[in-house]
Amino acid sequence: MEGNHDHEHHLGFWRKYVFSQDHKVIGIQYGFTSLLFLLFGFTLMMVMRWQLAYPGQPIPIIGSWLGDDRAPQGIMLPEFYNQLGAMHGTIMVFLGIVPLAVGAFGNYVMPLQIGAPDMAFPKLNMMSYWVYFLGGVTMLSSFVMPGGAANSGWTSYPPLSDIATTGQTVWLCGMVFLITSSLLGSINFIVTIVQLRAKGLTFMRLPFFVWAQFVTSFLLLLAFPPLEAAGVLQLMDRLAGSSFFLPSGLVVTGQPLNVSGGGSPLLWQHLFWFLAHPEVYVLILPAMGIVAEIIANNTRKPLWGYKSMVYAAIFLGFMSFIVWAHHMFMTGMGTIISTFFQTTTMIISIPSVIILTALLISLWGGSIRFTTPMLFALAFLPMFGIGGLTGLPLGLSATDIPLHDTYYVIGHFHYVVAPGTIFALFAGIYHWFPKLTGRKMNEVLGRIHFFGSFVCMNAIFMPMFIVGLAGVSRRLWDGGAQYAHAQPVLHWNAFMSMGAWTLGLFQLPFIFNLFWSIWKGKKVEENHWQATTLEWATPTPPPHGNFLTVPEVYRPPYEYSVPGQKRDFIPQNQPMEA
Amino acid sequence: MEIPYTVKARPDTGLVNAKLGVWLFLASEVMLFGALFSSYILLRIGSVEWPHHVLDVPLATINTAVLISSSITMVMSWASLMEKNFGKYRRFMGATILLGLVFLIIKYFEYTHHFAAGEIPSKSTFFAIYFTMTGLHGLHVIGGMIVNSYFWGPGSKMWKTQPERFTNRIEVAGLYWHFVDLVWIFLFPVLYLL
Repeated sequence: MEGNHDHEHHLGFWRKYVFSQDHKVIGIQYGFTSLLFLLFGFTLMMVMRWQLAYPGQPIPIIGSWLGDDRAPQGIMLPEFYNQLGAMHGTIMVFLGIVPLAVGAFGNYVMPLQIGAPDMAFPKLNMMSYWVYFLGGVTMLSSFVMPGGAANSGWTSYPPLSDIATTGQTVWLCGMVFLITSSLLGSINFIVTIVQLRAKGLTFMRLPFFVWAQFVTSFLLLLAFPPLEAAGVLQLMDRLAGSSFFLPSGLVVTGQPLNVSGGGSPLLWQHLFWFLAHPEVYVLILPAMGIVAEIIANNTRKPLWGYKSMVYAAIFLGFMSFIVWAHHMFMTGMGTIISTFFQTTTMIISIPSVIILTALLISLWGGSIRFTTPMLFALAFLPMFGIGGLTGLPLGLSATDIPLHDTYYVIGHFHYVVAPGTIFALFAGIYHWFPKLTGRKMNEVLGRIHFFGSFVCMNAIFMPMFIVGLAGVSRRLWDGGAQYAHAQPVLHWNAFMSMGAWTLGLFQLPFIFNLFWSIWKGKKVEENHWQATTLEWATPTPPPHGNFLTVPEVYRPPYEYSVPGQKRDFIPQNQPMEA
Repeated sequence: MEIPYTVKARPDTGLVNAKLGVWLFLASEVMLFGALFSSYILLRIGSVEWPHHVLDVPLATINTAVLISSSITMVMSWASLMEKNFGKYRRFMGATILLGLVFLIIKYFEYTHHFAAGEIPSKSTFFAIYFTMTGLHGLHVIGGMIVNSYFWGPGSKMWKTQPERFTNRIEVAGLYWHFVDLVWIFLFPVLYLL
C-alpha cells in the first residue's frame, strides 16, 4: 500500500485527472462524457419534436441559428430531420447509454464490488476511454460535413447509406472507434472479473450487478466484431467503389448506378442486427444489475431468487445471439427463417421475465425505504415491463408486419430504454453518488426530478402506441400530417412534444443537483446506505488502489435482515462468527 | 494494493491476466473474420457467376509456407526464453519479423499485379471481398510485426528485470501471431482454391 501512495503523489495533473489509469477516474470521465452526449442526443430529439408537432412552422429561438442548409427561415428541411433522427439514435445508444451503463458504472463500481485494486489492464482502460472520446468527436464532426451528418437512420441500411452524403463515411469511422473502445473495454471487464475477485468471492457470491456486467461484456466482445466487419464492407462500398451491399440493376433518381452490382442489402441487415440485438441486452442488463443492487439495499432483504437471476442472465446472453432476424420480418427473408426467429424470440422473453419477476417478488414483505434511487428503481420495473410486453407482438411475424414501420415500435423500444434503462442509470447515479463524493444528492430535488420525469416519459411514449396502432409511419418528417389515416391521431403529436420539452425542464433540477451536491451536498458517513457489498468497505472516496487492507469475502452479497443480528445488514467482508 | 496475477497464474483459473485477455481478444477476432467469411459465403451463393483461377496460386502457396515457418520461429523464440537463452530468442524473433515482411512483399507483388490488370474492388464482388479480407489480414500481419519488433527491440529490456513476465508476453504475442497465421490458412483455400 505505501508504495502506491508514494506513486500517487508523483502523478502530475495530466496523469491524475486527464490521462489517468485509475478505474475510478476513468469511470467518472466516462460518466460525464456520456451524460453530455445523452443531453445532446436528447436536445436533437427536442428539436425534431417541434417539426413533428408543428410541421412547416419556424423553430422558435434556435431556428435562426441552424443555417440555410438545415432550416431556411427556421423551417426544418426534411434532410436535416433525417440527420437528427439518425444521430439521435446513434448518440443515445452508442455514445450515451452504453458508455454510461458499462463504461461509467462498470468501471467505477465493478472493481470495487469484487475487491480489486483496479482493472486488470489499467493502460488499456485509459485507451478505451480515449478511443471512445475520439469516436464521439468524430460522430459530432459529421454535422459540419458537406451534406450534413449521417442521414440513413441509426441502422444505416444500404443501399441508401451506400450512396448517402459524406456524413455517412464519418459515421462509419466513428463507429469503428466506438467498437474498438467497446472491445478493449469488454476484454478488460471479463479478465478483471475472472482474475481479480477477492479471496472468498466465488462466482455465486458476486453481486448481481457484477454478473450483469460480466454477461454484458461477453455480448460486447462477441457481437460487436460483425458490425465492425459490416462497417469495413460499407466503407469499401463508399470509398473503393465495391458493391457488397449494392444489388445489380440499381437505379438512383432515374439513372442506373454505375457499379459492378451483385451485392446484397440484406447482408448488411444481418450483420447489423447480429450486433444490434445483443446490443439491446447490453442496454438492459447493466440497468437490471443497478436496479437489483438498489432493490436489495432498500428493501433490506436478500434478492429473491438470486441464483435464478444469474442463470437467467447467462441464458439471456446466450439467446440474444440467435434472435436478431426478428428485426427483419419485413424483408421477406422467408417464412421458415421467420418461424425460427420468432420461436427464439418468444424463448428469450422467459429469462427477462424471470429477472423482472424476481425483482418484483423481492419487494414482497420488505421494509422499503423510499429514497430517490429506490423510486427510480421501482419505476424501472413497470416501465421495463411495459416495454417488454409491448415487444411480444413485434416478436411474432404475423403481428409484426402491420406494426413494424409504425410509431408502435418507437414506443416499445423507448419504454425499454428511456424510462427503463435511463431510469436505472439515474437510480445508479443517486445511489453511488455518496461513494464518489462522501456527500449525498438532495432528496427534494431528486423527487422533483423523479416524479416530473416519470409523468413526462409516459406522456411521450404512451401515445406512441395509440399513434402506431392507427398505422402512422415512424419515418415521416411531418409526423403524418399528409396522410388521411393519421388525421384522427394527429393531435397526439403536439401532446408528445410538450411531454418531451417538459421532460427537458425536469432534467434541470438533476443537473443542478449533480453539481451542487459535489460541493454543497449533505455529508454522509462512509456506508451511507448501510449496504453489504464491498464497494462500501473502502474509504470514501476510494484512494488509488482502493482498499486499505486486502479484502476477503465470507458470505453472499445480500445479507440483509438476518435474524438474530444486531444490525440489519452484514457486509460481505465480515467474517463468520466462530 | 498491486494488481495481482500479472506474472504468476491465479491458482483457481490457472491463468495470468494477459493470457486470458489475449484469448478473449482472439475470440472477438474469430467473430470479426467469421462475419467476413459468412459474408463471403452469402455473396457467393447469391452471385450469378463467380470467377475461378484468377488469383496467383503458386505465390499464395509460397506465402502459406512463409507464414507457417514464421509461426514455427515464433514458438522457437518463446522456447528459447524458456531455456533462458536470450541471444537465441533475438535470432528467432528477428526471423519471425523478417518472414512477416517477406509475406507482405509477396502480397505487394500480388496486389500491384491485380491493380495493373484493372482487377480492383469495384470490378466485381469477388475482387471486393478478396481485397477486403486479405487487406484486413495484412493489417493484422503489420500489427503483429509492430508488436514483435517492439519485443525484439526496446521491449526486450524487460528480460533483465522481469524475465518471467517477459516470457509470458512473448507467449501472448505468439498466440496472436498463430491466430493471424490461422486466418491465412482459411483464406488461402477459400479465396484461391475453391
